[in-house]
Amino acid sequence: MSTHPPSRPRVAVHKFSSCDGCQLAFLNLGEDLLTLAARVDLVYFAEAGPLDVDTEVDIAFVEGSVSTPEDLERIQRIRAHSRVLVAIGACAVSGGIQGLRNSVDSASWVAQIYDHPAAIASLEHSTPIATHVPVDFELWGCPVTSTQVLGVVNALLLGVSPRDDADKVCTECKRQGHPCVLVTHGIPCMGPVTRTGCGALCPSLGRDCYGCFGPAENANTNALSVQFARLGLDAQAIARRFQSINSQAPVFRLAAERTRTAGDE
Amino acid sequence: MFNEAEHSVFLPHDRLAALLAAIRDGGWQCVGPRVEQGAIVMAPLAEGEDLPRGLQAEQAPGQYRLAADARQRYFAWANGPQAIKPLTFAPQESLWRVVRTTDGALAFEAVVPEAPKLAVIGVRACDLAALALQDAHFLRKDRVDAQYAARRAQLFLVAVQCAVPAATCFCASTGDGPTPTAGHDLALAELDDGFVVVAGSAPGRAVLQGLDLAAATPAQIAAARAQGDAAAAAQTRHLPGRDLREVLMARLKHPQWDAVAARCLACGNCTAVCPTCFCYAEHEMPALDGTSSLHARAWDSCFGETHGHLHGFNVRPDIRTRYRQWLTHKLAGWHDQFGRSGCVGCGRCIAWCPAGIDFTVEVAALTGASGAEGT
Repeated sequence: MSTHPPSRPRVAVHKFSSCDGCQLAFLNLGEDLLTLAARVDLVYFAEAGPLDVDTEVDIAFVEGSVSTPEDLERIQRIRAHSRVLVAIGACAVSGGIQGLRNSVDSASWVAQIYDHPAAIASLEHSTPIATHVPVDFELWGCPVTSTQVLGVVNALLLGVSPRDDADKVCTECKRQGHPCVLVTHGIPCMGPVTRTGCGALCPSLGRDCYGCFGPAENANTNALSVQFARLGLDAQAIARRFQSINSQAPVFRLAAERTRTAGDE
Repeated sequence: MFNEAEHSVFLPHDRLAALLAAIRDGGWQCVGPRVEQGAIVMAPLAEGEDLPRGLQAEQAPGQYRLAADARQRYFAWANGPQAIKPLTFAPQESLWRVVRTTDGALAFEAVVPEAPKLAVIGVRACDLAALALQDAHFLRKDRVDAQYAARRAQLFLVAVQCAVPAATCFCASTGDGPTPTAGHDLALAELDDGFVVVAGSAPGRAVLQGLDLAAATPAQIAAARAQGDAAAAAQTRHLPGRDLREVLMARLKHPQWDAVAARCLACGNCTAVCPTCFCYAEHEMPALDGTSSLHARAWDSCFGETHGHLHGFNVRPDIRTRYRQWLTHKLAGWHDQFGRSGCVGCGRCIAWCPAGIDFTVEVAALTGASGAEGT
């Protein structure tokens, strides 16, 4: 049995509304990028190369949210030409930071900021890729890490399902031996409701997690909101904890709405 | 422990460094208390490094704060988030490696852990009781865990009696503290000017012999014993009994499980800081070039999704069933597996719960007894 498939899988990395940060997870691979390049045929890389959405590929990585009329059409073409589609990063899986506009009158923002608002072709809502086309696998994170990207590529090359770890940040934080920052410093850490994958980066630096990897499975946002209130946060402040990078992830959106409603009563 | 029938010596405070030096001379690296990120953690001690002095650890449900100890003792803090468990049962490690050979076959090789001789300074009676339970699990006659066994064999344990229990401590009610009774190489009881020291093993006696210490006086021994009794009496939390198996298993449909599930974050912090929890999950870490793979394991928790995942369905899909699994395994299932409860009363699950859930209060509500005073 050969260690390499007869033909190298064709891989594309596409970009929608995003900051390009998740694509850096590829570029930051260093030496691993060379190893990866020997195993796959990187046919299209938005950050680094030419653009052809109609090329047939085995794996398409899609960064960014659907945010413009042009995006709506382009994601359909990419899906039609990709065997496996992997959405990478907060924008692609939840709508991203730009999803904050979904709950406000975004047209008035555009009017306030741009001299010629009519020149801005922007959809009313910023939405995740899965709202528009079937997505085979989602990588959460803002940005995703090289480890996550390598993990999914490696699994697909080996013909197995990528590992989907939806545990809380706390799980990894405790494995690394960090004393809980919420317990020792009384700061409103989102780790207990946030999906793991970052390596507990913020708590390792004494900071409270701000939920950039989105909701974990069975995230008890109510219980965490109660604890945040005990730490001295008012309803507005608690709601803002959930309205950040992944404000449109349903579990976080609901938590924010519920907190604001309770605060108004 | 700490009675006139046994041979005990007195180590003045200014000779603590000499004790550490003697341990190092015996070939052990020292791990001991150090202040990191606002807590007392067990960390490698550099040669000549002083132990933190004059600190207490004020603990409450969901809260841990360092505070000053007016008597300037070295061990006035009850405990930190971890003690021995990460040193023997590594949070994440590789078990074996598989390599594809040139003829296409798979070759497996064990990953042998690095296991230096390690002295742990400042373990508590509850930690020793927990270690005995971890031994019962990982060193079973027919199924010895090679990684755990390699590290366990290299430990030299310097235990310290708890004179200042935290508000979260309840080891007196589980019968595991606050004075160490077994499993240590050396046991210390700290007084205001030094330590009453008793050896619990041949290596412990050998370390002490080199120090040429005077015998502890009857007054010093009596003071050590009295402060252990006082520390036990000062504990405000307790479990309603040492064997709650029957009473808990008869209450699997108790409404308290729903009440605690509403407050529980299912973050798994309680299981990570619990010194007896031993669950882990295994996973594959294939190399990017496709020629080899590491088989690794990492601490897992019954509060996670995959822990209850069987083929095609999950036996514990919600927080209620996960919390119930944890508590009933700890206080009921362990009796069947190990002949005693899995709780040693260290109180870590109370202090380090980000939601401030009090294990003793939940048990009291479930069994119809009172847990903490005033709750």
